Amino acid sequence: MRKVDARAKVSRRVFLQGSAAAMPAVAAGVSIDAASAWAQDAKNLSPNTMATLARMARDIYPHDRLADVYYVKAVAGYDDKAGQDVAFRKLVETGVAQLDASAQQRHKCPYLLVAWETDRVALLQGVEQGALFKKLHGDLLVTLYNNKEVWPKFGYEGSSADKGGYISRGFNDIDWLPQV
Amino acid sequence: MATFDLNDDSVVCIIGSGAGGGTLGNELAQKGIKVVILEAGGRYEIPDFVNDEWASFGQLAWKGMRTTSGTWRVAHDFPNLPAWIVKAVGGSTVHWAGASLRFQPHEFKARSTYGAIAGANLADWPITLAEMEPWYAKAEDKMGTTGTNGIPRLPGNNNYKVLEAGARKLGYKEVHTGNMSINSQPRDGRGACQQIGFCFQGCKSGGKWSTLYTEIPKGEATGNLEVRPNAMALHIEHNAQGKVTGVVYVDAAGKQQRQKARVVAVAGNSLESPRLLLNSQSAKYPQGLANSSGQVGRNYMRHTTGSVYAVFDRPVHMYRGTTMAGIVRDEARNDPKRGFVGGYELETLSIGLPFMAAFLDPGAWGRSFTSAIDGYANMAGLWIVGEDMPREQNRVTLDPKVKDANGMPVASVHFDDHANDEKMRNHAYRQGAAIYDAVGAVRSFPTPPYPSTHNLGTNRMSANARDGVVNKWGQTHDIKNLFVSDGSQFTSGAACNPTLTIVALSIRQADAIAGMMGRKEI
Repeated sequence: MRKVDARAKVSRRVFLQGSAAAMPAVAAGVSIDAASAWAQDAKNLSPNTMATLARMARDIYPHDRLADVYYVKAVAGYDDKAGQDVAFRKLVETGVAQLDASAQQRHKCPYLLVAWETDRVALLQGVEQGALFKKLHGDLLVTLYNNKEVWPKFGYEGSSADKGGYISRGFNDIDWLPQV
Repeated sequence: MATFDLNDDSVVCIIGSGAGGGTLGNELAQKGIKVVILEAGGRYEIPDFVNDEWASFGQLAWKGMRTTSGTWRVAHDFPNLPAWIVKAVGGSTVHWAGASLRFQPHEFKARSTYGAIAGANLADWPITLAEMEPWYAKAEDKMGTTGTNGIPRLPGNNNYKVLEAGARKLGYKEVHTGNMSINSQPRDGRGACQQIGFCFQGCKSGGKWSTLYTEIPKGEATGNLEVRPNAMALHIEHNAQGKVTGVVYVDAAGKQQRQKARVVAVAGNSLESPRLLLNSQSAKYPQGLANSSGQVGRNYMRHTTGSVYAVFDRPVHMYRGTTMAGIVRDEARNDPKRGFVGGYELETLSIGLPFMAAFLDPGAWGRSFTSAIDGYANMAGLWIVGEDMPREQNRVTLDPKVKDANGMPVASVHFDDHANDEKMRNHAYRQGAAIYDAVGAVRSFPTPPYPSTHNLGTNRMSANARDGVVNKWGQTHDIKNLFVSDGSQFTSGAACNPTLTIVALSIRQADAIAGMMGRKEI
C-alpha cells in the first residue's frame, strides 16, 4: 500500500516566510535551550520563559518523532501575544515562575534543567489546574497538531481534493487484512 | 432568481436551509408557492470549501455562544460547543456524512415497544413506517441514495475493509458500505464520489447530496424561492387571533427587518428552533409560541454516541476516502436481552490528525495520549449511532444571563445520559473493540461523544396536544399556520442517522402545506 513519506522537507518558502504558526525566524535544527538564538530573540518574554514554554509543550505532548523545532514553533506566538496583552504576559510569567519554584524545591534547579521527563511530568501534574497549563494545553492542540509540517510525520496527508481525491491514490489499498 | 417584498404576506417564510428547510423550500416552490428562506449563515459554494479541518470549522460551523449543563461529558469537555452543526446555506447537509437509513417499524412505536421506562418520556410517533414508506422512497430518489433505486453501493475504503473483516470474523451478517446519499455514479447533474475524504468539510466534488447545490438552486430556478443568507431570525410575530404573521430578523448589515408571511416554518435545527419559539413569547403566549404543552425545548435527544478507534501494527490510512464508508447493522435491532432497549449502528468514521488530537480523549496529555496519536496512520475507527431515551429534563432553554450580539438569549442545553444510554454505549464500546481485536488491533480507545451532530426532539410530534408540540404534519398543535420542519419534530431518535427521515418528512409536509393552503385552511 502507498505509505506517506515522513522525511522533513524544507522548502524555500519556509526559509523565507517561516511557518504558518507565525514564528519569523525559526529554522530547522533549533533546540529547546534558553541560550539559543530563537529564545534570545524574544522581545517580550525572557529567554528562560520561552525555552520553558517549549519544554512544557514537549512534555505535555511528547512525540519522539518530532524535532524540537515544532515545539518551539508551537509556542513562538506567545512572545507577540505577551507584547499586546499585559494580563496574558503576567499569566505566562507567573505560571513559569511557579513551575520553576517547585522545580527548585524538589530538584534544586529550574524546570528546564530537570533531567528526566518523568520528574518534569510530576511537576506539571502539580500545576495542571493552573491558568498557564490550561492555556498552553488547549492552544497546542492547534499550534502543534495543526502545523501542516508535522502531518506527514504522523502519516496524515492533509488536503486531498486538489490532488484528485484518493480514488486513484490508495483509498482501498490495504493489503494485510486476513481473508474472511 | 426571485426576490420578495418584506410586506408580501402571501409567502411561506422558512427559517433554515438545511435538510428540513431547504427541502421544504424547494418542494413548495415546485408547486408554485412563493417561499422566502431566512438562513442565519453565509452562502459558500463548492469552490469555497477547504480540505482543512480547523479552517473549515471556522468557515462553516455554528460558533455562536451556547451554554451547557448536566452530566454528559460534552458539558465538561466543550462547555460552549454542545453541537457541531453548520451555520451556512445548506445547513448541516453541507457537513453531514451522507448516511441515509430508514427507521425500523418499531422505532416509530417507541413507547408501545419499549414500555414505560423510568426516567424516560417515551411516546409513539403519530405516524407509522407504512405511512412513511412512499415518502422515504421519494427522499431516496431525490438524494440518490446508494443501495436504493438500482444505485450501486460505493466501493469500500481501507477503514471499511478493516471494519468488514473484523465484523465478519465476529459473525455479523449485515455489513456493507451503507445506504449513502453520495453518488457512486454520476446522477442528477452531479458527478461520482472521488474518495476525497473531508465529507464533514463540504464535498468538493458535489457527489454528496446537500440542499446547497440540489434543492436550493432547483427551487430558485422556479422563480418562487428566495434564499436570504446572513439573516438571523429573532422572533416570530402573531396577530390578535394568535396566527403567526411574520418573522423579525437581523440582516447582513445588522439591521432589523420584518418579513411578513402567510405561513412560517421553523427549521433551524433542534437547538435554534426551540430557542426561536421560546424567544417569541408574548402576552398571548407567555411561555413562547406553540408551547401550551410546555414541551418546547424538552426531550432533547442526541443519539447515544461514542467512537472506537483502534491501532494496528500496520498502516490503515483511514482518512482516505469517504468519512462514513460502511456500516454494521446487526446491533440495530431491539433486543432487551442485551440489557437495554433500542439498538445501535456501528459506522466507520475517520477524522484528520488535527481533530483526532482534539477529540480522541479531550483533556488528556502525556505519553498515553501521544502514543495513541503516534499510531494515527495505523488507526481504524467507527462511530456508534444508538437510540437514546427522550427525557423531559434534557432540554434547550433560553440562558437567563448570556445573550448573543443581537441581544437574544443564547440556547442553554441540559443533558443527562439515561441508564439505558450508558448500558448501550458500553455494549457498543465492547463490540466495537471486539471487531478490531478480531483482526489484530494492538490497542483500542473508547472515545467519548463529540459535540452533538444529531440534535433531535425538542419540538416533538405527538397525537395528543398535551404530549408534544406538533401534529403528524409538523404543524404546531397551537397555531395552525406555524410549522416545524427539522429534526426537532422527532418523537424518538431511532438507531439511525436522521437526515433521510427529515427529508422524507419535509417532502410529505410540503404536500400537506400546499393542500391546506389550497383549501384556505391556513
